Amino acid sequence: MTNRAARWVVGGLGDILVTAGLVLLLFVAWQLWWTDVEANRAQGGTVQALTRDFGRSSPSAPAAAPNEHPKPVKFGEAFAIVRIPRLGEDYARPLLEGTDYETLKKGLGHYQGTAAPGAKGNLGIAGHRTTYGRPLHEIDLLRKGDKVIVETRTGYSVYAVDRHEIVSPFAVEVIAPVPGKPGAEPNGSWLTLTACHPKYSAAQRYVVFAKLVRTYPRAEGLPSGTLDVPGKKS
Amino acid sequence: MLYSAIWRALPGPTPAKAVQTLLLVAVVVAFLFLWVFPRIAPMMPFNDNTVGTSSSGGATRPLPALPAGETA
Repeated sequence: MTNRAARWVVGGLGDILVTAGLVLLLFVAWQLWWTDVEANRAQGGTVQALTRDFGRSSPSAPAAAPNEHPKPVKFGEAFAIVRIPRLGEDYARPLLEGTDYETLKKGLGHYQGTAAPGAKGNLGIAGHRTTYGRPLHEIDLLRKGDKVIVETRTGYSVYAVDRHEIVSPFAVEVIAPVPGKPGAEPNGSWLTLTACHPKYSAAQRYVVFAKLVRTYPRAEGLPSGTLDVPGKKS
Repeated sequence: MLYSAIWRALPGPTPAKAVQTLLLVAVVVAFLFLWVFPRIAPMMPFNDNTVGTSSSGGATRPLPALPAGETA
């Protein structure tokens, strides 16, 4: 009798442990693989929708200083497309307003209160390094001079990478209007990308700073060659 | 024990049991992938990519001195 009871307990415990192990493995698979599948599909759709939407907008809109005073964007709404040729010819990710968990699942996130694309100050962007489509998986490949192009309804803001830094998760000064100098009055336009570091951890942040080269109105379009992958002969 | 009990409870010959087992596994995996995991993932500490004044949970406030009026 006691023998049978003991077998029940040990057997039941074994079942529970095996099940827990399987569920944990499944969770890893879901996090590392399935979230990418879902997010890449969704983010690709968002980029297509934005492209269609931008194409429809009236070309008669004033072209002067297009992004200095944009209409406020609703939290969680996609309002721009970010292209980084170094990360691939077809690299295009939606940029959404806000950087919370739900927003970053859907694309890159614009730190609320930081500058608009092309505007004076610092355009702060966060993105996943791993999981959820991992838009900034290869952020460490970016080199000085690499282009980051932010396309909005009114035009294209082209930034060139200046430098990178690895900082603590609390280093909010990287998205200050002058990166690294909180409180300083901005005299130029910056773009800051932040992502997890190291990969598969959130212990630190990998931060890339880029400086505005020029903003091109939509009617003018991007100069040819801007979207070429650096170092690759076409 | 649990798994052998399920196997015994399934009706039909062995091939039929195998098919039903696969179906059950598919249902459980779908439930975990589509319902359970998306709900527990926000509590994981490794899903945070922002710089901010709080480090966990994903939802961070970028800067303390930002203008109000956001709907977060």
